[in-house]
Amino acid sequence: MPVGGTAVSTPSGSAGRAPVAAPSGGRPRAGGGRRRGDGVFVLACLLPALVLFAVFMVVPTVNVFRMSFYTWSGFSPDMRFTGLDNFARLLDDEQFVRAFQNTVALLVVVTVVTMGLGLFLAAIMTRQRLRGRTLYRFILYVPSVLSVVVIAAIFSAVLDQENGLLNGALRLLSLDALRQVWLGDQQLVLWSVAIAMVWQSLGYYMVLYMSGMASIPEELYEASALDGASAGRQFFAITLPLIWQNLRTTLTFFVMSAVNLSFVLVRALTGGGPDGSSEVLLSYMYKQAYTNSSYGYGMAIGVVIFAFSFLVTLLVSRATRREPLQF
Amino acid sequence: MTTINWRRTLTYVLVTAIALAIAVPLAWVLFASLKRKSEFFGTPWALPEGPHLQNYADAFVTARMGQYFLTSVLVTLLGLVFVLAVSVPAAYVVARYEFRGRGLVEVALLAGLFVNVNYIVVPIFLMLVGWDRALADVLPGGFFIDNPGILSLVYAATSIPFTIYLLTAYFRSIPAEYEEAAALDGASRVRIMTRVMLPMARPALTTVILFNFLAYWNDFIIALTLLPGEGKTLQVGLLNLMTAQKAAADYGRLYAGMVIVIVPVLIFYALIQRRLIEGMASGGVKG
Repeated sequence: MPVGGTAVSTPSGSAGRAPVAAPSGGRPRAGGGRRRGDGVFVLACLLPALVLFAVFMVVPTVNVFRMSFYTWSGFSPDMRFTGLDNFARLLDDEQFVRAFQNTVALLVVVTVVTMGLGLFLAAIMTRQRLRGRTLYRFILYVPSVLSVVVIAAIFSAVLDQENGLLNGALRLLSLDALRQVWLGDQQLVLWSVAIAMVWQSLGYYMVLYMSGMASIPEELYEASALDGASAGRQFFAITLPLIWQNLRTTLTFFVMSAVNLSFVLVRALTGGGPDGSSEVLLSYMYKQAYTNSSYGYGMAIGVVIFAFSFLVTLLVSRATRREPLQF
Repeated sequence: MTTINWRRTLTYVLVTAIALAIAVPLAWVLFASLKRKSEFFGTPWALPEGPHLQNYADAFVTARMGQYFLTSVLVTLLGLVFVLAVSVPAAYVVARYEFRGRGLVEVALLAGLFVNVNYIVVPIFLMLVGWDRALADVLPGGFFIDNPGILSLVYAATSIPFTIYLLTAYFRSIPAEYEEAAALDGASRVRIMTRVMLPMARPALTTVILFNFLAYWNDFIIALTLLPGEGKTLQVGLLNLMTAQKAAADYGRLYAGMVIVIVPVLIFYALIQRRLIEGMASGGVKG
């Protein structure tokens, strides 16, 4: 999911009411004023993008909500309107409740660890000016360009019960007691997924925060050092407040991308198993739709996902609101 | 002074440990791709006895990774062409022209940023199946499902909000004097857009291309759904290889397949990493 560092200007009220291609109020524009044929040009430029957007994003999104009120077993024309039945069934579905719990647990753990560790590492790497920073940065960013299938394949190689790197290393170190069935144990599998998620996203956020912190003027740190502030105090009094807006945007979008990443990773790494213990909301929706051919029921889960991500985003955004600071 | 040195050492240890946690599994995959089948039954930390390149031949030919590679290249390139062809003019117009409904367009696209493709892949699939069924008389073989062109169109369509968002912000940051001067010289609107504005928006274009390239190349959920037949993309091919190898316990081919998937992206990343990181800091965060 994309986030902007630059704010998109909110459309002004007058723009909505202005006649087609009216001269702009304040903004200078090509040609200086209104020209004949502006309307045609605007339409020609805009239409292809809007059509594609409408057909492949707006319509399917509306369909998620619409189909959630129907019972539909796939490709037969027999679609029965059942109102809120699908949602009522969700409440009694233990598998769904578990998928929901797993999603929330992954979200909380992965967000806290990735953000916390990312901030911490970015701060010490920026403040201490380590040698070889470029190389570290290069390596840490690598997982962000790899596909999730590759990451899943790497982690199944690392976590394999018999020939895995982790168990192999534990055996070499004579720590056989610590060997685990990392992906086959109902208690452990979710942690394995969480570790893979952190592995994938830590470097990305670290690099992002490093570039935010690099623009904080050095004088602030020098002045506070003269006042005897410790590195920890500098972090909380200078670094954190000054990159707060940056942190806030990334946090909001991280939550949404984590909902998605958990699905893609689970789909490729565990398939939701063993016995549904690593199922997350999106993977359960996918399973209901394709494996079980309960499209209506699957889309009800889709609606829950939409509502859930929206609420979490809103909540995070509210909870982190602060007065913006400038340096 | 000593505390500071201690701290530095500790930081080095920590950061190096994390870097190793990333680099070691990747290096291991490379080594494992050169091992014979029998070598996989010993300790996983042993080095390969010799370069067993047969794994690569197996992956490319028998597992058809070569063919899937070409499909992926085609789909990714087409997707990039589609998304740029429709998003550049739209972003330019949104940034520079006043027209009725502009506010609505902007809000709709902004809302689109929050809709993840994976949320809506099921209705997209059903819609395409429906179109195929409606056209069954004309095209009995079906057209929309199992069509790499349609897959790239879906990629392009679903990345329109992000692309327009980034490009619009950049177009707005370019002073209007250039366009005014060009208009005084009698340049047409299309010419101003393509010859004056487009070259100046190069940094934003590069960022958009980079992020979309990674998104298209790395996707497997949409490709898995929309190309259920023989013509798969590289990622789906790798996923199949993963499932097959688990059953057959013949890992060499799987790791060779992984190297085939990883190497192009790593080369690409190494070439453009500065741009990528700058682009990320300046406007686009994608995850």
